[in-house]
Amino acid sequence: MIGFPLFPEQASTVAGSVDLMYFILTAITVFFSTLIFVLIFYFAVKYRRRRPDEIPPPMHGALRLELAWSILPLFIALSLFAGGTAIYFRNVAIPPGAMEIYVVGKQWMWKLQHPEGPREINELHVPIGQAVKLTMTSEDVIHSFYVPAFRVKMDVIPGRYTSLWFQPTKPGRYHLFCAEYCGTNHSAMKGWVHVMEQVDYNNWLGGGATGESMSQAGERLFNQLGCLTCHRATAPGRGPVLEGLYGSTVHLQSGETVVADEAYIRESILRPQARIVAGYRTQMPTFQGQISEEGLLQLIAYIKSLAPKERIDTAQ
Amino acid sequence: MSTVSEPIAGTKVHYLNADYGIKSWLLTTDHKRIALLYLAGITFFFFIGGAFAVLMRLELVTPQGDMMQPETYNKMFTMHGVMMIFFFLIPSIPAVLGNFLVPMMIGARDLAFPKINLLSWYIAMIGGAFTLYAVVAGGVDTGWTFYTPYSSTYSNTHVIATAVGVFISGFSSILTGLNFIVTIHKMRAPGMTWFRLPLFIWAHYATSIIQVLGTPVVAITILLVGLERGFNIGIFDPELGGDPILFQHLFWFYSHPAVYIMILPGMGVISELVTCFARKKIFGYAFVAGSSVAIAVLGFLVWGHHMFVSGQSVYSGMVFSVLSFLVAIPSAIKVFNWTATLYKGSIVYMTPMLYAFGFIGLFTIGGLTGLFLATLAVDVHVHDTYFVVAHFHYIMVGGAIMAYLGGIHYWWPKISGKLYPEGWARLSAGILFIGFNLTFFPQFILGYLGMPRRYHAYPEEFQVLNVMSSAGASILGVGYLIPMIYLVWSMRYGRPSPPNPWGSAGLEWKTPSPPPTFNFDKTPVITEDPYIYSHDEEVEVG
Ligand code: HEC
Ligand SMILES: [Cu+2]
Ligand SMILES: [Cu+2]
Repeated sequence: MIGFPLFPEQASTVAGSVDLMYFILTAITVFFSTLIFVLIFYFAVKYRRRRPDEIPPPMHGALRLELAWSILPLFIALSLFAGGTAIYFRNVAIPPGAMEIYVVGKQWMWKLQHPEGPREINELHVPIGQAVKLTMTSEDVIHSFYVPAFRVKMDVIPGRYTSLWFQPTKPGRYHLFCAEYCGTNHSAMKGWVHVMEQVDYNNWLGGGATGESMSQAGERLFNQLGCLTCHRATAPGRGPVLEGLYGSTVHLQSGETVVADEAYIRESILRPQARIVAGYRTQMPTFQGQISEEGLLQLIAYIKSLAPKERIDTAQ
Repeated sequence: MSTVSEPIAGTKVHYLNADYGIKSWLLTTDHKRIALLYLAGITFFFFIGGAFAVLMRLELVTPQGDMMQPETYNKMFTMHGVMMIFFFLIPSIPAVLGNFLVPMMIGARDLAFPKINLLSWYIAMIGGAFTLYAVVAGGVDTGWTFYTPYSSTYSNTHVIATAVGVFISGFSSILTGLNFIVTIHKMRAPGMTWFRLPLFIWAHYATSIIQVLGTPVVAITILLVGLERGFNIGIFDPELGGDPILFQHLFWFYSHPAVYIMILPGMGVISELVTCFARKKIFGYAFVAGSSVAIAVLGFLVWGHHMFVSGQSVYSGMVFSVLSFLVAIPSAIKVFNWTATLYKGSIVYMTPMLYAFGFIGLFTIGGLTGLFLATLAVDVHVHDTYFVVAHFHYIMVGGAIMAYLGGIHYWWPKISGKLYPEGWARLSAGILFIGFNLTFFPQFILGYLGMPRRYHAYPEEFQVLNVMSSAGASILGVGYLIPMIYLVWSMRYGRPSPPNPWGSAGLEWKTPSPPPTFNFDKTPVITEDPYIYSHDEEVEVG
């Protein structure tokens, strides 16, 4: 048995604020439970029945008291809501410039990939003091990425991307758990997050590198799968130019517009018919079932890396 | 249908001895007998569900998964949840105590649809049988929440049989709810106005509304899971263009209100116990009654608080958070009013009152820890950890089961005509209270430390707290067995009970114990409010 902790370690920038809220809630819980316990105990003793035929004086409720104990809890509840929500909004807002890591959950392991190339299984190495954004999806069922020491958790859902971010503040090794029940070895779907000093991290990156970065791997796939036949770098071929696509606003045939984020690119590859770019025809074949989740993430990393060249606006 | 024998002069005829033989029970339409059928059925399911819990707590004594295979453990917690929620907690108070008491408390001869009432028992048992078949055939491992796409595509256990069982039992719940609603509307005795209804009735009325409105949704949802599993229609499976999160919306749209199906009737019981053993009118009748309805309505609007980390937008998270905070207010109002009822009362510590005290204390903790989960910033951390497990066991076990046992003890003389042994009863209430807290309090700490729920093996640093919890569970187990034994014992050997052993003002006590088949010899006429213990001038407080 290693120790007997009663409180989890605080190892991220948001942990303190979550714990603050937790302590406020604990104080309120202790206060009201004690109040009720003491009152019940006191009344039970003070007004115990002394004679079997005793009939206490009847009384009817008091509107003022009722209002007091409705409005006061309402006020406390709304304050807690406001505090908890404000902290939450701040805690989940992903800071610009966060380092990106891609996560694929599958029964029952975590596959993580750094943009520089290194891939890990059930281990994640990150530098201290650096905001890290995880883009996550699942190959099968729903999982949930949970690092208690960082007070962060987000479900990992098949068919879509969810994201989560944290900024570690303390070097060390922290539990990574799957928090959403996912089948037989759910409780074995865990690992470690290693928070390292920047230099150690750089060494680690250099040491474990496969040589090929994520976007290079994506480019290789892009060629292999024949995307290039329709998507040319400069002039539109049968398909639109992908340079500068990421983050831009795409005009669709339906007249709607959509911001090209990871989810949109994913959909464009797997279900091209779902949303057609204005000015194009439904010529793109579906790649559903032909590309692994990791391959998709690599393709997306590649498309994201394509800086805008003179991109021809698709909304003519 | 059961034949009602004419009372023979000299012997006391009541619903228990009015007719004999197995057929007179299995074909009865007497709401009181049906209540006892339910009591037998759900007690059976309770001990099955409890046995799974015991095995789980045994496994969790050590951090390694050494006692059973992970598949087995996963089936244990699934079947524990399914049995306890769908086959014990949801029917518990309404189907047993409600069935017995709703007609008696409003001065009616029976429920509005006695045959449908019997039907609902059969449906519940058939549903239970399907689920038991799934258990015996090899079990199911999806968790009682049946999250897709695990349940619809990946699990290779007996999901369909279980789903059919739950689906069928849902109809029983709907029919009971419907029966109560119609009965309460249409069958009140002369003079029993809405504001003279006992709070137990208000609570059951609110519960019935949830049952009738909510249960069809979960029934459809579970049906869809079955269809998806059988025919791959692509509702929930993303590979077929479905959306697994849709399932969570549909499921929690019912299953959050279901939490109130489980706790509201308990609250109704507590209002009866507190007033009787303090000999006082309830403090703030209108507020206690109104809060039941408020809970039923608001309860339908908070399902999204189960999905704060499922990738829903932060704004919908915000809305569900504020609504979840609001639903806490009516519960707080009830707790304050029960406590205030004790003020200047004449209090005795009979067993049902000890359960009521236990309920108020544990429900308060359970409710307040719900605020942690409604707080977005904190829920991100504690969602799907043991903190949630502890929270809902404080509500379901500390609240609903305490109220159920308190109610069973309180009405036992009415139901069986016998008194139970008070000493043993107090002792077991004490054992339950201690065992309960030892089992579940450590789980709050485990949860905040980050131990996820549904873990068959866990890191070593969580062991001490888990051992405490398992030790508590064994005490809890003993605490449940003792009442089971002495209540059965008392049916034969207990002292006969007078019609109203507690000196309660309730209408159900104004008829013999056990009551005659049609409850009252003459239809009662109600001339005053409930809970009147004194006709002196009422004093103003506050
Ligand atoms: C047969 C030609 C063809 C091939 C091969 C093809 N695409 Fe496309 N692609 C299209 C066309 C046409 C469109 C525009 C119509 C639409 O939205 O479906 C398109 C649209 C897209 C878009 C959305 C672009 C935007 O501006 O919104 C992305 C992203 C994309 N394709 C990626 C890929 C990738 C990655 C591959 C290789 C795996 C690929 N495509 C292979 C023809 C093709
Ligand atoms: Cu998992
Ligand atoms: Cu809920």
